[in-house]
Amino acid sequence: MTLDVAWAQRWAREAARSIADAKVELVELDRQIGDGDHGENLNRGFQAVVAKLDAVTEPPQMIGDVLKTIATTLMSSVGGASGPLYGTAFLRAAKVSGLPELDSHAVVALLEGALEGITARGKAQVGEKTMVDAWSPAVDAAVAAADAGASPEEVLVAAEKAAAAGAESTIPLVATKGRASYLGERSAGHKDPGAASSVILLQAAVRASEDAA
Amino acid sequence: MKARVALVLVSHSQRLAQGTVELAQQMAPQVLLLAAGGMDDGALGTSFDRVYGAVSEALAAADGVVVLADLGSAILTVESVLEVLADDAQHVVLADAPFVEGAVAAAVTAHGGGTIEQVLASAEHAGSTFVGSGGESGQNAAGDGAPERTAADGVVERTVVVRNPMGLHARPAAVLARLIAGFDATVTVNGVNGASVLELMKLGATGGAGLVLTATGPQAQEAVAAVVEAIEGGFGEL
Repeated sequence: MTLDVAWAQRWAREAARSIADAKVELVELDRQIGDGDHGENLNRGFQAVVAKLDAVTEPPQMIGDVLKTIATTLMSSVGGASGPLYGTAFLRAAKVSGLPELDSHAVVALLEGALEGITARGKAQVGEKTMVDAWSPAVDAAVAAADAGASPEEVLVAAEKAAAAGAESTIPLVATKGRASYLGERSAGHKDPGAASSVILLQAAVRASEDAA
Repeated sequence: MKARVALVLVSHSQRLAQGTVELAQQMAPQVLLLAAGGMDDGALGTSFDRVYGAVSEALAAADGVVVLADLGSAILTVESVLEVLADDAQHVVLADAPFVEGAVAAAVTAHGGGTIEQVLASAEHAGSTFVGSGGESGQNAAGDGAPERTAADGVVERTVVVRNPMGLHARPAAVLARLIAGFDATVTVNGVNGASVLELMKLGATGGAGLVLTATGPQAQEAVAAVVEAIEGGFGEL
């Protein structure tokens, strides 16, 4: 099992399927503390990604090529703040993934690039009830796993588990960044939709790696 | 002369972006102003493709591009475009400025041939220009039509009375600011920078108000003479 270009393409398609399945749940989460469009926006974006991948005539050579297609398509087709946030995440991840295949440390670099992209746009830190609360522990867990000698797939699993715990940890938090911050104390008691969709994306990456022949 | 710097105005609303272009264009007809408002289907939001297209078009036509954005994700969208443009983005700057006031001030400075740094500074100073609002009234500086005099330190001073009933509203203020920017001189009007359209508007000088002009620099005399002629001509509103 390898994390290669085919994996990156499966990741995008898995993500599109999972986001479509979770659309109602994400809309509901976002309705509690945001403007209710997160699920709709992301679904539109990932459906566009799939259409773009289907339309590609020249097969991508590098993982970064696939990630860049995801990035620019999300930027073009997702309204609201999550387009630039996820778009930049995939763009920075693409920059460090000009490889035909990822080893454990390259998986870490990809995740670090994504986190860096999100913080470059959103300027959020851990504990502010945002996507960063999922991605930051995911990167920490990936670093620890890679350093302990885990395989690339195991690094992804470690990242996804940490992201899921991080997303749960946003429930009691009071938002200080993004749309939910307008609610102040009332934002506590709900999971952050951006953190929730981040977990869905990482779960898709794991599933795509399990599907590898 | 075509302005060196173009502006891209990014808003969640297509109509707000277009309306702001319309407003600023009236005061700065020779500047390339591009609206990038709304989503591709016209709904509220910001479109990466629209902003990317407008910035690319502006870059192709001008030496530099100053971008103004209205709220939240509009700023994120502009930043994403700059990130994708990579090296091409070195002649593009995003102003931290109020949308309408910044666009007007930046457009007038660009019209006067300003550099990208000067246009950016005009946009970003537009915020502080309006802090506190009100400002000096044009009325309290009413003069007696004293003749022009040159002080020993080279300062040219002159008092003039606003003749058009509407006074220094947006359009005349822009005319004056552009006129003044064209001279190699520093001109103040009732103590404020005469090359700043926003500071001139803030004077609130209505018809009949006296304005004290002071000028320094190689073309101080010519600048004051031109300003007096424009004000006494009533900006075509008499």
